[in-house]
Amino acid sequence: MLSSRAQAQTGSTPRAPGRPDDESREWLRRLRAEGPEREQALAELHDLLLRAARFEVSRRRAAAPHLRGGDYDDLAHHSADDALVAILAKLDRFRGDSRFTTWAYKFALLEAAVKVRRRAWQGREVPLDAERWPLFAHRGSTPAEEAEQDELLTAVGEAIRRRLTPHQREILVAITLDDVPIDVLAERLNTTRGALYKTLHDARRKLRSALAEQGLEGTIP
Amino acid sequence: MTPSADRDSTLKRLLGPVGPEVTCDECFDHLDVYVEVELAGGDPDAAVPGLHAHLDGCPACREDYESLRAYVSR
Repeated sequence: MLSSRAQAQTGSTPRAPGRPDDESREWLRRLRAEGPEREQALAELHDLLLRAARFEVSRRRAAAPHLRGGDYDDLAHHSADDALVAILAKLDRFRGDSRFTTWAYKFALLEAAVKVRRRAWQGREVPLDAERWPLFAHRGSTPAEEAEQDELLTAVGEAIRRRLTPHQREILVAITLDDVPIDVLAERLNTTRGALYKTLHDARRKLRSALAEQGLEGTIP
Repeated sequence: MTPSADRDSTLKRLLGPVGPEVTCDECFDHLDVYVEVELAGGDPDAAVPGLHAHLDGCPACREDYESLRAYVSR
């Protein structure tokens, strides 16, 4: 929900929370209509979603260079299809705090981004090794540098080892050190992005708490 | 990246943001408002408290934010 302060700062076309602008209201009316009018609105919305999905797939081509041109367009079409289904299921949750099209675009962009990430990792092993983290503690540092500046790094390593559960260590290392996309990890572990982020969040809180106990919180970059 | 910058970047990824942050679901729910307020020159962090911190801690949501911002402002 927009705060009143932010509402006053949104520029030349302020919109009261929960009150869609004229264009957004027209989208809602047509999508809730029946017959040809609704069919036409669905076709127009799908076209908008497809353009957004193609934009996203194009942005992420570098992440999946092995895919062919047709694969990308298939991904964009599937993303637009899935986004349309999601939008229609959540249409009553659109409150009018943004333009309807902005609200709708995020569904297409999310679907496309998730699909590209998953395709990019298709067939690749996801590293899940709770004991792999000590390798990081020595990465890129000389012994002299470690002696000078890595008290914090050592403390983090100790906290990872002593304070986190094996599951928390796996998730923390996979997402933050091995750059495994959270959607990919969620799919492999048969869980959700939200649940994994909660695990990551809890692990980070434990690490910060451990550092605070040692008086090291002020040295965190 | 220098070893020092690499070390700092690694620590930031490991330790995440400071302070309250929204969840991934809440981030998605409010991303459209956040981006519109930002592009209109407003204060998105006041509009959706905790979302900026989440973007600092969640690489996937950060990518989603950057995509929506880029697409809407194209």
